[in-house]
Amino acid sequence: MIPGDLKYTTSHEWVRIEGGTAVVGITDFAQEQLGDITFVDLPAVGTNLTQGKELGSIESVKAASDLYSPVTGEVVAVNDDLASAPELINQEPYARGWLVKVKITAAPANLLSAGDYEAVATSDH
Amino acid sequence: MPYIPHTPEEVREMLESIGVSSVEELFADIPQTLRPASFDLPPGMTEMAVRARLEALAAKNRIDFISFLGAGFYDHYVPAAVDALVMRGEFYTAYTPYQAEASQGTLQAIFEFQTAVCRLFGMDVANASVYDGGTAIYEALMMAVRHTKRRKALICGTVSPIYRTMLATFTEKLGLSLTTVPHVRGLTDFAAFEAALDSECAAVVVASPNFFGSIQDYTALFAKAKSLGALSITSAYPVMQSVLATPRSMGADICVAEGQSLGLPLSFGGPYLGIMTCVKELVRQMPGRIAGRTTDGNGRTGYVLTLQAREQHIRRQKATSNICSNQALCALRVLIHLCLLGDEGLRRQALHSMEKAHYAARRLSAIPGVRLLNDAPFANEFTILLPGTALESCSNLMRWQYIPGFPLTRYYPELDNALVVCCTEKHRTSDIDTLADMIGALQ
Repeated sequence: MIPGDLKYTTSHEWVRIEGGTAVVGITDFAQEQLGDITFVDLPAVGTNLTQGKELGSIESVKAASDLYSPVTGEVVAVNDDLASAPELINQEPYARGWLVKVKITAAPANLLSAGDYEAVATSDH
Repeated sequence: MPYIPHTPEEVREMLESIGVSSVEELFADIPQTLRPASFDLPPGMTEMAVRARLEALAAKNRIDFISFLGAGFYDHYVPAAVDALVMRGEFYTAYTPYQAEASQGTLQAIFEFQTAVCRLFGMDVANASVYDGGTAIYEALMMAVRHTKRRKALICGTVSPIYRTMLATFTEKLGLSLTTVPHVRGLTDFAAFEAALDSECAAVVVASPNFFGSIQDYTALFAKAKSLGALSITSAYPVMQSVLATPRSMGADICVAEGQSLGLPLSFGGPYLGIMTCVKELVRQMPGRIAGRTTDGNGRTGYVLTLQAREQHIRRQKATSNICSNQALCALRVLIHLCLLGDEGLRRQALHSMEKAHYAARRLSAIPGVRLLNDAPFANEFTILLPGTALESCSNLMRWQYIPGFPLTRYYPELDNALVVCCTEKHRTSDIDTLADMIGALQ
């Protein structure tokens, strides 16, 4: 499932840009590869992120992976529900499983369209 | 029985199977210049000869002295049942079996060890142990550095100088800034500490009781640290935690300890045990193994390693630590020791030790020219100032097979007349009387 209205990264994050703010999550493909997610370590509100650099990390029953920011900007909101219910990422990766909201300070470059990302996800299989 | 891992036939088969003609060819990549010219090994000996040689070496150790040494390592009585139980074949192995389906007993023992030390320090979580108290304090510091994402730390000058040396060595290439806040007469200088604390500080590190034996209340310091976003780390003497205010009750986030005093023999320096405990919020920063209790598919209780995403076999270079083992056998000894003594036994051991030390302090400080370094409360260890140098007193008394205490000269050159004196329940009152008489006679 790769929604057409989102942008993507090769490291399997999705981003929805609404005005100057980006909502960030991981893709359905990513959550499926990770398996049951047990913990997600997210930055505090006010943290400055750089596109392509580490945003946080995510742990599942079988792996721990770094998360990378698809945009450059300041964290303005963090999905606090994930602290007690990290499985939301497995259940609704594009909705209630969102990770952070970022106020964009520089235009993101090289984000992938849904079609391009589908090719990445397919080749990573 | 000779121990020969591979027969020449097996070596030949293995070489053949990987397509190499000789052992020399297998190691051909190692340049001749990097190889030792000779291993300089003596010829083999019979078991009987080896035993005689080792016994002769062991006989050089003097274990018959009356010793008042403490300074982080303590000669408490260990019930004989500890040795008997720990040497059972099910437990007595050089390495820790972790495979849950084959290691329920070991994992349960580690889980119970974690539970016991958590209760002792009033903390939420413990790991399966690390190598020793110094390693534990370093790992605690690194937990704080990762958690706060800060690079500075304040270490109290009353923390064991051995541990402070280890901290300096371990962090030398890590780009951290560690500051020692000097002690005042063996006590934490709270004013200096709070003045040095700022919002770039990852942690404050103190000891309870401290290296000089003194007991202090760190509640206000820890509260100040918390208000600035720094973590509070306590290095504790575990036996005394049965009678003192726990690190947690003073507001510590991480409490570590050298576990030797809980059932491990002094053994001239090891093997010892690093105990690490922390509050629940920091569990993902904890290094090393953590055993957990769970239920299997049929609802039966079982024990497993848990939260393994912290560790290097999963997280690789971003693991919380390179530690992936523990001191399982030493931890087991501590668990058995704590279970045999129980809450009441441990408290009585602590109180007996304290009574002996307070008696010794009264006797020694009554000697003209001898006084206590400070008037702070103490448990079973205290520091006295002698009229002459402490090293001189030690060498004098050692001729009579008495070690009067730990001279501070080596680590605190300005205190060359200071001696840290420790008593445990094993000291007889007559030993203390003789010590006081001999120190009195030195003057």
